[in-house]
Amino acid sequence: MTRTDDKENRKIAAAKKMRDIMTTYYLDALSASQNNRQVAWITSGGPVEPLVAMDIIPVYPENHGAMIGSSKMGEDLCSKAEEMGYSTDLCSYARADIGCAVVQGGPIGGLPKPDMLICCNNICGTVLKWYEVQARYYDVPLFILDTPVCHTGYFPETAAYVKAQITEYIGFLESVTGKKMDMDRMNQVGHLSLEGQKLWQQVLKTTAHKPSPMSAFDAFFFLALIVTLRGTRTAVDFYRELLTEMEDRITRNISIVPEEQYRLLWDNLPVWHRLKWLSQKFSDHKACLVADTYTSAWCGAIQYIDPENFLDSIAQAYTRIYLNIGIDQMADQILDMIAFYDVHGLVMHSNRSCKPYSFGQMDIMNIVRKKAGIPVLMLEADMVDPRSFSQSQIDTRIDAFMEIIQHKNRPHTRVGPQTDTGRKAGAR
Amino acid sequence: MKELTPFYQAINDPAALGRRITHKKIIGTLCSYAPEELIYAAGYHPMRLFSSKADTQLAQNHLQTYCCSVVRGVLEDSLAGRLDFLHGTVFVHTCDSMQRLSDIWRLKGQYPFFADVILPAKMHTPSAKKYMAAVLERCKTDLETDTGRPVTSQSLADAIRMYNRIRKNLSRIYALKSRYPAVLQNKDLLALVKGSMIMDRQEAADHLDNVILRLAAAVPDVKDSPIAPDKRLILSGSVCDMPGLYDLFQDTGAAVVGDDLCTGRRWFDGLIPEDMEPMAAITQRYAQRLVCPAKHRGLHERADSLVDQAKNLGADGVVFALLKFCDPHAFDYPYLKARLDDAGIKSLVLELDDGQDSQGQLATRIETFIHMI
Ligand code: SF4
Ligand code: SF4
Repeated sequence: MTRTDDKENRKIAAAKKMRDIMTTYYLDALSASQNNRQVAWITSGGPVEPLVAMDIIPVYPENHGAMIGSSKMGEDLCSKAEEMGYSTDLCSYARADIGCAVVQGGPIGGLPKPDMLICCNNICGTVLKWYEVQARYYDVPLFILDTPVCHTGYFPETAAYVKAQITEYIGFLESVTGKKMDMDRMNQVGHLSLEGQKLWQQVLKTTAHKPSPMSAFDAFFFLALIVTLRGTRTAVDFYRELLTEMEDRITRNISIVPEEQYRLLWDNLPVWHRLKWLSQKFSDHKACLVADTYTSAWCGAIQYIDPENFLDSIAQAYTRIYLNIGIDQMADQILDMIAFYDVHGLVMHSNRSCKPYSFGQMDIMNIVRKKAGIPVLMLEADMVDPRSFSQSQIDTRIDAFMEIIQHKNRPHTRVGPQTDTGRKAGAR
Repeated sequence: MKELTPFYQAINDPAALGRRITHKKIIGTLCSYAPEELIYAAGYHPMRLFSSKADTQLAQNHLQTYCCSVVRGVLEDSLAGRLDFLHGTVFVHTCDSMQRLSDIWRLKGQYPFFADVILPAKMHTPSAKKYMAAVLERCKTDLETDTGRPVTSQSLADAIRMYNRIRKNLSRIYALKSRYPAVLQNKDLLALVKGSMIMDRQEAADHLDNVILRLAAAVPDVKDSPIAPDKRLILSGSVCDMPGLYDLFQDTGAAVVGDDLCTGRRWFDGLIPEDMEPMAAITQRYAQRLVCPAKHRGLHERADSLVDQAKNLGADGVVFALLKFCDPHAFDYPYLKARLDDAGIKSLVLELDDGQDSQGQLATRIETFIHMI
């Protein structure tokens, strides 16, 4: 087999379909007003299902931020926001979005104007401030779903508060759209959402197989649907297809990284503007980032969802997500993933943009070193803004880290074509 | 003015003060939303923690450089053993950095008592208020479990009266300073508020009474004082624990006549109704006090209140003293500035590090601004 054949062979076929779906989705969103449909901007961790049930098009500034980062337009748009007086130290998704709203720039010429904003603060306090800014800019109603952080647990008062707000949320949507929520439709969407999340989880778990059929870099790409089209048939069908493809790759023993020898876990958001470079860099070391803490957040609360009682159960599911818990619980989940995916090392992206994700990482790092005994590398970067990225420094640090890993591990022997994804390890 | 001495003594060495207070166990707090009345009523001494601004050597093993100096500095003090006089801490949920500091602190487990008060992020909806009441109830229960005694309505009522007295006194002092800017140095405002946050509250209240008496007596002398600063400023930001900055204003002939700071009005704004059920009354005060940018109460309230304050006090300008890496304040700044511009009020933004005391460059920028307004 020639090198190009080999490369072709390793390519994930579903990627093209995924691109088409996303293009259609954005075209729909951009032409919403011509089609008399309303658009809601919503945070990535927010409950999108009621929007889908009410036929409102959900748009995700964070997904858009990722696109801006990948297309290397982050610096420009962030600078625009800085000229407006926003500090360079603010989250680059927020800066890019605030800048973009004004200049209508970016890879798709800006997002469609929102009719309403839905902000769920389960991921950070940044979104609260960011959505306030946009609510003033666009002069549209803002709904805040306040999900108190669960440092040590989910208390009865938290449950009561979030449940009350889910009801308020439905009321808000009804008043903005002037329509009643159709509860049967809501239930269907709930079922589809859960099904999509379960499939996404299964897709992610296929990488427990050695060698891994895909990597975290692929997960970063395929994530977009479970974020944006959660609760739709499109997402369910797509992930079912993707799962089949992954299972097929496992049977045929096709790995994403040629001659995978080392398996790594990634923590925090991707460095969108250097995905290709980083992926190649690790691949050159025969290392595959088999899993990450970020993409698994969109199936991390499945255990709390009751499809028969969807709206009530999402109060808990949306409150107890990965970032909204204490760092000790986050460390536990990382330890589970380390065991489940059987990784040799942990790579932590210390992300200047994302304080709730990054502060506490050093404590988690120490817990991991102590309890799992694997090397940990911390890279300082930013997910969208390239200005804090020092390529040469990171290059050297990855080399040094991989040397330690090579030293610690002899290449593992391949296990046969059978998958061990069924292994139970509460990885999430 | 000798009446100020106890406050300066307290703030010059809070750790020494902490070691001196032995009749009560000390509970550290890190936010102006910390329900101090409950801590006080439970029989503890609530003490606001400020960074001692020592070099962060130990904290850098826990927090990256892009974390604000308040969070890093207080953690450093704790790790270095400078807060060993604490019996425990009460963390309040505000910003992302504080949220993670709470985790790191809890895992370190350096003090016997620890509690999170996970306040709502919204302050204005009925369900948020109901939740807030439950959260404060939980805080009370946590304290009771620690002391082994119930917090009685009587002790709550006493705490409320004590805090009202302190808050009323501070408001009166601010009013006097605004009316007669020469009556106090700028930095005295910081000393009085900060001192009141850490001293024994009974002593603080008594000393504040004395300060007021003394100021009232001094008014006739300073009324038409030729040395009265002629420019009037309002400070806005989070913690502004920099006496040097207050001095820079003083040196350029500007008086600080009001503020929107954690180390200022946001701590003492709003009295607690004394004729209500105490827990409900406390909840109401925290929901209604001057809002902080980490909390939401509508899209315009902070700007409205800043513009109103500036107008009511006849301010010539507003200085935003923003700490580097402080997200909530950095997000609000452009809008607040725009609203001040609309109202014809000039403003200056300074990006500060809690560790750096105002020098050189800062002085030039401040001078330029003061001369311009
Ligand atoms: S990257 Fe972090 S700070 Fe920014 S929106 Fe996402 S969770 Fe919030
Ligand atoms: S200064 Fe800002 S970032 Fe730091 S603790 Fe206070 S609110 Fe949070």
